[in-house]
Amino acid sequence: MPNKDKSTKFGSDRAPASSVVASVEVAKNEKDLGAMVAVSIDGNEIKVPFGTTILDAAKKLNIKIPTLCHHEDLKVAGVCRVCVVEVEGQRTLQAACAYPITSPMTIKTYSSKVRKARRHNLDLMLKHHVGECYSCFRNNNCELQSLAKEYGVDFYRFGHDTEPHHEIDRSSYSVVRDMNKCIQCRRCVRTCIDLQEVGVLEAVNRGPDLDIATFADMPLGEVVCINCGQCINRCPTGALRANDPSDEIWAAIEDPSKHVVIQTAPSPRAAIGECFGLPAGTSVTRELNTAMRRCGFDKVFDTNFTADLTIMEEATELLIRLKKALVDKEQVAFPQFTSCSPGWVKYLEHFYPEYIDCLSSCKSPQQMFGSIIKTWYAETAGIHPKDIVTVALMPCSAKKFECNRPEMQDSGYKDVDYGLTSRELAQMIQEAGLDLPNLPHSDFDDPIGEATGAGLIFGATGGVMEAALRTAVEIVTGVKTEKIFENLDIIPVRGFEGVKYMEIKVPAAGPVPPILSKALGGLKDFSFLKGATLKVAVAHGTANAKKIMEDIKAGGKFSECHFIEFMACPGGCLGGGGQPIPTSPEIREARTRAIYAEEKTLYSRKSHENPTIDRIYKEFLNDGPCGHKSHKLLHTHYIKRGNKIV
Amino acid sequence: MSKTEKKLVIFSDLDVEKALKNALQKSRPDIIGEVRDSGLKGRGGAGFPTAVKWNLAAAAQGERKFVICNADEGEPGTFKDRVLLTDYADQLIAGMVLAAYAIGSKDGIIYLRAEYTYLRKDLEATIEKMRGKKMLGKRILGKDGFEFDVHIHMGSGAYICGEETALIESLEGHRGEPRNRPPFPVTVGYLGCPTSVNNVETFITALHIVEKGAKWFKTFGTEKSTGSKLFSVSGDCEKPGVYELPMGITIKKLLETVGGEDAKAVQVGGASGTCVPRKDFDRAIAYEDVSTGGSIIVFGQQRDMLQVAINFMEFFCEESCGQCTPCRLGTETLLEGLDLLDEGKCSLKHLRELCSLGETMQLSSKCGLGQSAPNAFLSIVENFKSEIFDTRCSCR
Amino acid sequence: MLASEREQLKAEINKMAKKFDYHRSGLIPVLQYVQNISRHISPESMQDIAEAFKIHPVEVQGVVSFYSFLSIERKGKFVVRLCRTISCDMAGKEAVANQLENELGIEFGETTDDGMFTLEFTNCLGMCDMGPAMLVNDDIHTRVTPEKVADIIDSYRNRFGAHVTHGEHA
Repeated sequence: MPNKDKSTKFGSDRAPASSVVASVEVAKNEKDLGAMVAVSIDGNEIKVPFGTTILDAAKKLNIKIPTLCHHEDLKVAGVCRVCVVEVEGQRTLQAACAYPITSPMTIKTYSSKVRKARRHNLDLMLKHHVGECYSCFRNNNCELQSLAKEYGVDFYRFGHDTEPHHEIDRSSYSVVRDMNKCIQCRRCVRTCIDLQEVGVLEAVNRGPDLDIATFADMPLGEVVCINCGQCINRCPTGALRANDPSDEIWAAIEDPSKHVVIQTAPSPRAAIGECFGLPAGTSVTRELNTAMRRCGFDKVFDTNFTADLTIMEEATELLIRLKKALVDKEQVAFPQFTSCSPGWVKYLEHFYPEYIDCLSSCKSPQQMFGSIIKTWYAETAGIHPKDIVTVALMPCSAKKFECNRPEMQDSGYKDVDYGLTSRELAQMIQEAGLDLPNLPHSDFDDPIGEATGAGLIFGATGGVMEAALRTAVEIVTGVKTEKIFENLDIIPVRGFEGVKYMEIKVPAAGPVPPILSKALGGLKDFSFLKGATLKVAVAHGTANAKKIMEDIKAGGKFSECHFIEFMACPGGCLGGGGQPIPTSPEIREARTRAIYAEEKTLYSRKSHENPTIDRIYKEFLNDGPCGHKSHKLLHTHYIKRGNKIV
Repeated sequence: MSKTEKKLVIFSDLDVEKALKNALQKSRPDIIGEVRDSGLKGRGGAGFPTAVKWNLAAAAQGERKFVICNADEGEPGTFKDRVLLTDYADQLIAGMVLAAYAIGSKDGIIYLRAEYTYLRKDLEATIEKMRGKKMLGKRILGKDGFEFDVHIHMGSGAYICGEETALIESLEGHRGEPRNRPPFPVTVGYLGCPTSVNNVETFITALHIVEKGAKWFKTFGTEKSTGSKLFSVSGDCEKPGVYELPMGITIKKLLETVGGEDAKAVQVGGASGTCVPRKDFDRAIAYEDVSTGGSIIVFGQQRDMLQVAINFMEFFCEESCGQCTPCRLGTETLLEGLDLLDEGKCSLKHLRELCSLGETMQLSSKCGLGQSAPNAFLSIVENFKSEIFDTRCSCR
Repeated sequence: MLASEREQLKAEINKMAKKFDYHRSGLIPVLQYVQNISRHISPESMQDIAEAFKIHPVEVQGVVSFYSFLSIERKGKFVVRLCRTISCDMAGKEAVANQLENELGIEFGETTDDGMFTLEFTNCLGMCDMGPAMLVNDDIHTRVTPEKVADIIDSYRNRFGAHVTHGEHA
């Protein structure tokens, strides 16, 4: 029967089962009649807004109810039954994460019935959880393990599989799936389908045969997985992990014939401390530099340098597109999409291949760095590129896939040899016996360790846009950006709103700087843009990206944008799939604060003011941004993958 | 097809058109009031008061409301709905019209299990016939402003879809996995709209009640379990079939009626019900004693009760939706335990552990399936422990 | 399946989905339709169906794998489903099962080489008072005895004559 009822939130959009778990709406105004409900939890009284879950009410009283399938970023499932509590007057126990309080009630969170049920449910989950804790990368950071300890599991009451029943899927460059450790909490499913709307993982079969599977049981490397790794960050066990290259990296370090260079992205430095017990939001940039040197890396460079370079190239590309459209009246693809996030790039290649021309041809900072290291750096340092091993420290699992894209060999060699996540480097540092938080400080190596604040904020959602605007606005208007945006802070593109939109009226037209004159075909000034309104947008998380793309398809307001920043991960790179586990909105916010605070301390906050940028365009990329040489080394092309896999 | 001797409620005579016409003369609160006074509880097995459900759905805010007939009869040993759908489809549809009128709904759906596909054609014909008689469609029986129609939605083979929120998930095109409650379907149901899901028998019974009065209905049954009920009787008895009997009837009396006096045990309520041993045959079938959706399976003296338990547990392993831990893995674990018992290799200590796990499943499973899956296991182990241990020995 | 057949099926899928306004509530009816005409729901069909409803193919697979009357593997022209639940079990389903295997020359869970018959167990068919019961496609057979099995199977085989060839409609 056709559903004509489009007015409800259950329109023709995909309504995943877990969303229809229509929660009771939580009362917003405490003063409304009946808005507050009195509850007693373990003898403690509290009034909570109508519709608050038992779990949230208990949190307000500092009562910890254990959870497993629950995750703050995800829709409620209520399936693991670890958070069950006793509600007076009810025959059965209730899942605290899923039970909204709508009338006064008395709750017991640790009665004997509750404790027994939790213990049994843990015993059941351990039944098919193959593997020993000490051979698992989540050892000491596993929610199942912690609960087993908290509930005193001292033997396997209902048995424990020792033989694996699934083959480990190592087909993906980025994500390794070991379903032997899966406890079917479906956090990955809710991450992949609801949070990211990529739709790679779903529950199949039923009863004890229930499994989490890919379409047609294809290996992860062959489906529409975008490698964002958000499932890894939300898996409570070791069933999902990133493809760890640290053994190869150690081997390269120990090989005297190899010159091992590491570049570090902005986000890991603001998060890796969490692996060493530091609170989220503690920046350890200079301790980390020391740690990497002590691990044996020959050079420690800052990816922020190529972030600055990306801004030069990408802003130039945008200006070229604008000139072609407005001056030369040519057909040009708009809006221009950022291309730094390899998860987003693959998402577009799969789901919106018809928009591939909108993607900036600029490589990501990681890949630009790779080709610069194996060309310019190799040349200046006098090392043969075949002897250089480049490692990229990234907050990202998709970067592993990106560096293995066959087209990423413009230096004549594999531009970036290994993508290494924050978690994996933390492991290497621990293996080396280093106490990261207490190491002496040290700086990045010259020459490509020099970077501006603009490069640093790439880690946060809106950061690329802000960095690009700081440069583009100044170039186009000829006016210092800080005269237009107070303190150089472009607030509308910051923050965790899923989709951000901003309009900037171009107040003046500056002269075309010499460095761009070739790229812009001898244009004298930017008067063609004077008075124009530049429209930009920012989206983080592919579900939000989808919103914009659908709007563009429908010819909505985003189709009129000139430039849009897309990041595959919620919160941007700071929330990347290679970052320390766990993740939550609060953690991502703390990491973001750390980056914006560190940015203020840097000598410059505009990419074009980076002196090494100036130097590289003089010495090496001497036909300027988007010139011939930069096109060869810093730009790339994409593949129309589509989403048909059978 | 029915083997009842006395016509009580459902099998009593009824002029469907007249009954519906009379009902539509009444006010909506009066209809719900009559049903409330009758004490009618859901006949699918859960036993939720029908009037309360209708009242909540009537009071709920929503531009659209749905009346859904749960014809996903799948409980082992239950087949009374098959008989009703075959011979009393007009009463069922009239009952749905009545419910729609009471709660203010225009849309009805019959969720018919895949196994009953062969009933679909006749059911469609009945719907068409009732449209012709103006008992469905616009201005039903001349009632201004009241329109209602039904269509059939076929199930696809999943016992769990008899659970009302799983049924709704299935209607919406999802895996039939029960939702968290609250909110209940009466406020947030199909497509997010207030929805009343009732069993086939409930609709028909309500129609009789509104026509003949709550008082008349209460002349049958007990104080807490009013009226009569259909029983699907199968297994080791002379006259298996569907019986209409007053609520509160003792098992012994029931067995006499169906020719199963010699039974050693009776499974009341199907796989999710309880196994009642001979010594307890004086117990009454009623919400306050042994509750059932109508399934009565009789076990003769020759039956091996452990095999019965295994058969039921296999059923749950296949039919569990698998989303929650206690049901997905508890059913499997109990089945493994039964196999151990069958091989004569189960320690009493482990058996106690399994019984304790059964209690956890009853308490902490997400829906009624998981909560009732261990019932048969627990009652058979409790009542037939010596039979089980006496007949099994691993050294043989 | 031939490319043209796939296109034809895809067109049918889209036509049906449109009837439901491409709302997901039409998913299961469409799946039932595809199951009926092609005896299974292939990954290709799942992909086409997902496209019609703007959902992910893996979600369609999640649904297909949940319901026992929907299948990814191709079923025979006639699916024989014998009730394995307690009342039919007590009424002698084991002997019927044995004879079904003998007549068809396959085991439960298998399909005959000629693609005619698939043999399966199913849960309660609601014929507990007339067991053992079995379904052949949508037809119900009650009080089945081992002796009756051959006649029932033949009645279906004869409907299509002896000329049904291997891999028919493959």
